[in-house]
Amino acid sequence: MAAAAPMIPIFGQQISINNDMVPDWTREEVSTGTTIMAVEYDGGVVIGADSRTTTGAYIANRVTDKLTRIHDKIYCCRSGSAADTQAIAEVVSYQLGFHSIELDEPPLVETAANLFRASCYRYREELMAGILVAGWDRRKGGQVYCVPIGGMLVRQPVAVGGSGSTYVYGFMDSNYKPGLNKDQCLELAASALSLAMERDGSSGGVIRLATISEEGVERRVILGNQLPKFSTH
Amino acid sequence: MEKHYSDSQVKGVSTGTTILAAVFDGGVVIGSDSRASIGGEYVSSKTINKVIQVHDQIFCCMAGSLADAQAVTKAAKTHLSFHSVQMESPPLVMAAASVLKELCYKNKDELQAGFITAGWDMKKGPQVYVVSLGGMLISQPVTIGGSGSTFIYGYVDAKYKPNMTREECLQFATNALALAMGRDNVSGGVAHLVVITKKGVEHVVVPGNKLPRFHDE
Repeated sequence: MAAAAPMIPIFGQQISINNDMVPDWTREEVSTGTTIMAVEYDGGVVIGADSRTTTGAYIANRVTDKLTRIHDKIYCCRSGSAADTQAIAEVVSYQLGFHSIELDEPPLVETAANLFRASCYRYREELMAGILVAGWDRRKGGQVYCVPIGGMLVRQPVAVGGSGSTYVYGFMDSNYKPGLNKDQCLELAASALSLAMERDGSSGGVIRLATISEEGVERRVILGNQLPKFSTH
Repeated sequence: MEKHYSDSQVKGVSTGTTILAAVFDGGVVIGSDSRASIGGEYVSSKTINKVIQVHDQIFCCMAGSLADAQAVTKAAKTHLSFHSVQMESPPLVMAAASVLKELCYKNKDELQAGFITAGWDMKKGPQVYVVSLGGMLISQPVTIGGSGSTFIYGYVDAKYKPNMTREECLQFATNALALAMGRDNVSGGVAHLVVITKKGVEHVVVPGNKLPRFHDE
């Protein structure tokens, strides 16, 4: 994904005559061009992401963790500018923690999603962040909220995001049905992420999955050689 | 608001589209949607047929600028029928694809059209070739193209199997087109499908209301 405003580091200007000698990734913003996904099931949510962070053509981090804890049972999946999403997640984490102490009970997923939306919408011109907020609370169970670039907020039973998501819309539409159980959701997420990673240059590495339910959060990793394989052509 | 996808650079009427072709056991299915639009804001035709017959058992699908595609296919048809008369036998699918490729490559600066060619011939049976924008030609068992194709890469990778039956392949192609039309705003209308086998050619048209529906529709 392209950076919203190209950052030209100071040292780049000093050696401007030799611009060819400076690799393009020193001038590119760090981006989580990515594939992220979240699915609701009865009793919780499954979230997943790839693990590639790129600066231009260089993979800055091939084992990134894009599933960020916001609260005990609320996580977010980040896509877009790595800096922007990390900053927003930190802010929301703080705000939610404070709110939870005030209330003296675990916060609602909808609250977390609204906090994300508030920041993303207010600073929409400066930010480039596409976020999926997912978690479990006592009131509504497992929920997935989508906060794409621009700052919209919508709840969806299944959501995908990031640059790799375009390739798996068809797969998601045909394979998701309401009423899947936890293991089916995990399999769906692993397959969809694997397909996207195969087609999108900005997605790759390992698949990180997590399930969030009343019992708590369970994380797992699917390594490169264990990814579901599909290509026959 | 930032756009995830790049704006179409095509001027005039464009087949912002979804096209596909797939080989099955004994034949090939080639298909497309039926929408022609100007810049994604106006649908200039709801029922255009993008599957063009270039010879008895060779069809091609066009994507990109409609004007360019029609001009190129017309020229290709003429070349092929002449070639067929000279050779005194039906042309090979590879020949049809090569004719398109020559036209696309030689005129790459002026043209903005890509093609999928599919057909059946005596030498190699059912085949699918894709000629991309700059004039590259490759053979693949299944291929998708057009703006709507980005949404079904995952589906096609997961669902296509070599040596499917005719019915399985038709269902696969219909599903893929329906999924793409459901997500791409410049693809839509009806699904035009053509099944080509040794025996001949069969047209299947699936109107919009008969297309498969998915969980959220």
